[in-house]
Amino acid sequence: MSATTLPVALTAAAAGPPRSLWSDARRRLARNHAAVASAWLLAFVVLACFAAPWLPGLADPAAQDLRLGAALPSATHPFGTDELGRDLLVRVLYGGRISLLVGLVGTLVSLLVGVSWGAVAGYAGGKLDEFMMRTVDVLYALPNIFLVILLMVFFSRSLLMLFVALGLVQWLTMARIVRGQVLTLKRQTFVEAARALGASDRSIVFRHIVPNTLGPVVVYATLTVPAVVLQEAFLSFLGLGVQPPDASWGTLIADGARVMALFPGLVVFPGLALSLTLLAFNFLGDGLRDALDPQDKQQGR
Amino acid sequence: MTRYVVRRLLLFVPTLWVIATLTFLLMRLAPGGPFNAEREIPPAARAALAQKYGLDRPLAAQYATFLVRAARLDFGPSYKFPTREVREIIVEGFRVSAELGGWALLVALLVGIPLGVIAALRQNTLADTAVMAAALAGVSIPNFVLGPLLVLAFSLGLFWLPPALWEGPQSRVLPVLTLAAAYVAYVARLTRAGMLEVLRQDFIRTARAKGLPERVVVLKHALRLGLLPVVSYLGPAAAAVIMGSLVVEQVFAVPGLGRYLVNGAFNRDYTLVMGVVLFYAAFLMALNLLVDLAYAWLDPRVELK
Repeated sequence: MSATTLPVALTAAAAGPPRSLWSDARRRLARNHAAVASAWLLAFVVLACFAAPWLPGLADPAAQDLRLGAALPSATHPFGTDELGRDLLVRVLYGGRISLLVGLVGTLVSLLVGVSWGAVAGYAGGKLDEFMMRTVDVLYALPNIFLVILLMVFFSRSLLMLFVALGLVQWLTMARIVRGQVLTLKRQTFVEAARALGASDRSIVFRHIVPNTLGPVVVYATLTVPAVVLQEAFLSFLGLGVQPPDASWGTLIADGARVMALFPGLVVFPGLALSLTLLAFNFLGDGLRDALDPQDKQQGR
Repeated sequence: MTRYVVRRLLLFVPTLWVIATLTFLLMRLAPGGPFNAEREIPPAARAALAQKYGLDRPLAAQYATFLVRAARLDFGPSYKFPTREVREIIVEGFRVSAELGGWALLVALLVGIPLGVIAALRQNTLADTAVMAAALAGVSIPNFVLGPLLVLAFSLGLFWLPPALWEGPQSRVLPVLTLAAAYVAYVARLTRAGMLEVLRQDFIRTARAKGLPERVVVLKHALRLGLLPVVSYLGPAAAAVIMGSLVVEQVFAVPGLGRYLVNGAFNRDYTLVMGVVLFYAAFLMALNLLVDLAYAWLDPRVELK
């Protein structure tokens, strides 16, 4: 396996000044058209959703026009309107705000927990490591949506709880990845040097080791965002996620599915927005993985 | 081999114990309770309810009873439907869900594997591109979008199939298709990748050099190893099918376990939710053990320890 990558590394070294991992990765990523297109699409979607309240010419998402009812797409309402005469494009944009926010915050929570958990377990080793990773194994036995459902059953169904619940179930794989990285990193000489200089364990782990695990962490985080967005939509569709008056892509799809016999657009447009966003995140994540981690295309699950 | 199975089975106990304890603690930590109705309940009725469900006893005693009963799959009566035992609901719902999930997995394998093999054999041709594009679409359209769309097309548009319920073979088609779609796509992708990897190897060249017909090379020699990624995916796939069935049963009003779980979660039916979650955890662990055994049987290089 390494025999095929060696010549590339050699020619790259011979071609000019040494390149860092990141600039090398950027070049590889730029050559992946699907990933680049996905990145642009995502930038557009994220910008449109988060800037929606300040965009000129957009209606209030709650503004109803009952005379209109559910209208087909037109010049004034590009996606049409829902059965209460609310503009669907605006509702999809505002729903996207919540969906994306849940995805990003959930990923952030999972990053914080997963990276710390994995780093501490890997660095400490011994009994503590054994205990921490056994915990991860046990939690793995349960599909994580069940944990979220348990949390949403026993606690309030607020948006904050949703962030925490979705983040809390996503960190397991992250912890495993980081631990694996730390196990190899902690034996390297720069860690020994830091220790010789009198750095504390805490600063060795978080200042010296964790930054070096960034590559795989970034890749996995990019793949976590769509997973969380999907889980949020899944829960909201079932009525266990985002609660009215808040709306997300999941609740829009659920609402649309209820009346789709008469107004198919109400399920098609939010569904399209969700599917395209998920697709783009997955393309980008795959692209980043190939760019940052060219030797190991099969990692992660 | 036997020792391996026994050891794995012994691991079930602590894992399930941790999950059970976790759910129990979560339930007791939670603010409010299942009887916090919108209507105020008289104190006497509340006390009677607490006594009936054993909520007035000390926490440790409740925990002990809970564990002993859970070990016998006895979770007591449902909080919302007090005339029904949770175990009864699980048995009844699982029969339906198992049928739905089983068909979905079967369809995924029977369609996904041939598609993947064809794509691998005709790598970089139109057929390959078409299969992979369809697979990509299948993976990225969530089932709660696909389900309504299929209903729209085949029930409300073409009037071919019933849009809901679980009566008669025709009503099975749409739920099974909705549930299977993503896994057809995933299995096709895994099979293609696995086959491409295997077809490059020396023993395949040897088989061809011996003059074996291509059919034998592919189906007898390559497929067995090429399917390994699919086999190791079966465990996660079963878990995913169970999760997917939560949505599909809701969309198509199928009276399965997923529907009970979702409604139970919605109504804060503590005993029902705990029972179903523990049941599914045990079920998935057993399934994963079977998958590992199948893996070892397919790939002689794997040694079970």
